[in-house]
Amino acid sequence: MSEINTQTAEKPEFYLKGDHHPESSTNLGFWLYLMSDCLIFAVLFATYAVVGRNYAAGPAPADLFDLKLIALNTAMLLFSSITYGFAMLQMERNAKAETIFWLGITGLFGLAFLGIEIYEFYHLIHEGATPQRSAFLSAFFTLVGTHGLHVTFGLIWLVTLMVQVKKRGLIPENRRRLMCLSMFWHFLDVIWIGVFSVVYLMGVVG
Amino acid sequence: MSSNAHEEHHGHDHGHDHGHGHDASHGSLKSYVIGFVLSVILTAIPFWLVMGEVIENKAALVAAIMILGAIQIVVHMVYFLHMNTKSEGGWTMMALIFTIVIVAIALAGSLWVMYHLNTNMMPAMSPEMMRNLP
Repeated sequence: MSEINTQTAEKPEFYLKGDHHPESSTNLGFWLYLMSDCLIFAVLFATYAVVGRNYAAGPAPADLFDLKLIALNTAMLLFSSITYGFAMLQMERNAKAETIFWLGITGLFGLAFLGIEIYEFYHLIHEGATPQRSAFLSAFFTLVGTHGLHVTFGLIWLVTLMVQVKKRGLIPENRRRLMCLSMFWHFLDVIWIGVFSVVYLMGVVG
Repeated sequence: MSSNAHEEHHGHDHGHDHGHGHDASHGSLKSYVIGFVLSVILTAIPFWLVMGEVIENKAALVAAIMILGAIQIVVHMVYFLHMNTKSEGGWTMMALIFTIVIVAIALAGSLWVMYHLNTNMMPAMSPEMMRNLP
């Protein structure tokens, strides 16, 4: 095939001229990344499920967790999910300023979530419930901390995209990036459902 | 500089095409609102069940939390992540099913093996055994 090309064509081309890869392959690829991320969380959940009751004579979930705080945290993440949805709808309408506005609101809810989580962690460590205290606390901090770390990087990504959209507008590249972050953000909310069900609610039930 | 201009111009064309082709996969205001309302309800019920100490039976309470959580995950998948059997020619669904299978094996397998390990490795200490310890 290449031989025929070099013979017939005057100028052989070794690159694809301005041909973007189709949008769909990015979406599928990012979805596969999310699924592999899901496996990381599955391993951490499995670890928590196995060692989550080994308190080493230390505090148990019922002594530590404040469900009101967790409910507030869950609400923050849920609100950030719907506001990200609004940002995507504004992107569909090609409304640049509104997209940035809703991304900003999403970022604030995400920041509130992180703030509450850091407050909770600080409180726990202050009470002596450190990751070194027991197998339960090691698994707890690893699982919830990994989720928090994901949210942190999601926030950095969100701010980056706000700047990108502000500078470049809603170009296809930015639309693609916003779509990927949308999947990432909603995915983190899905993981949080598992966290508050398995770790907090079932922990308090005992 | 000129290549940059070319890029942007091209990008514009592409964006125009894209705007018309993929509308369906991004969801609408209605689907987001339905998903949000369902999520709020499905989050509020388990928190209410635990905080209000509504159900006495522990096993039933845990089962309720798990089932409501599973339903909420499906709601998020459908209304927020726009999962369906047709997107990407069914490959996202295929990847999801594969992941669910692996997750189920990892979770159920870990619990099964480790609980058996506990019972096999830690026999109750009898006075007889205590005497024979080194």
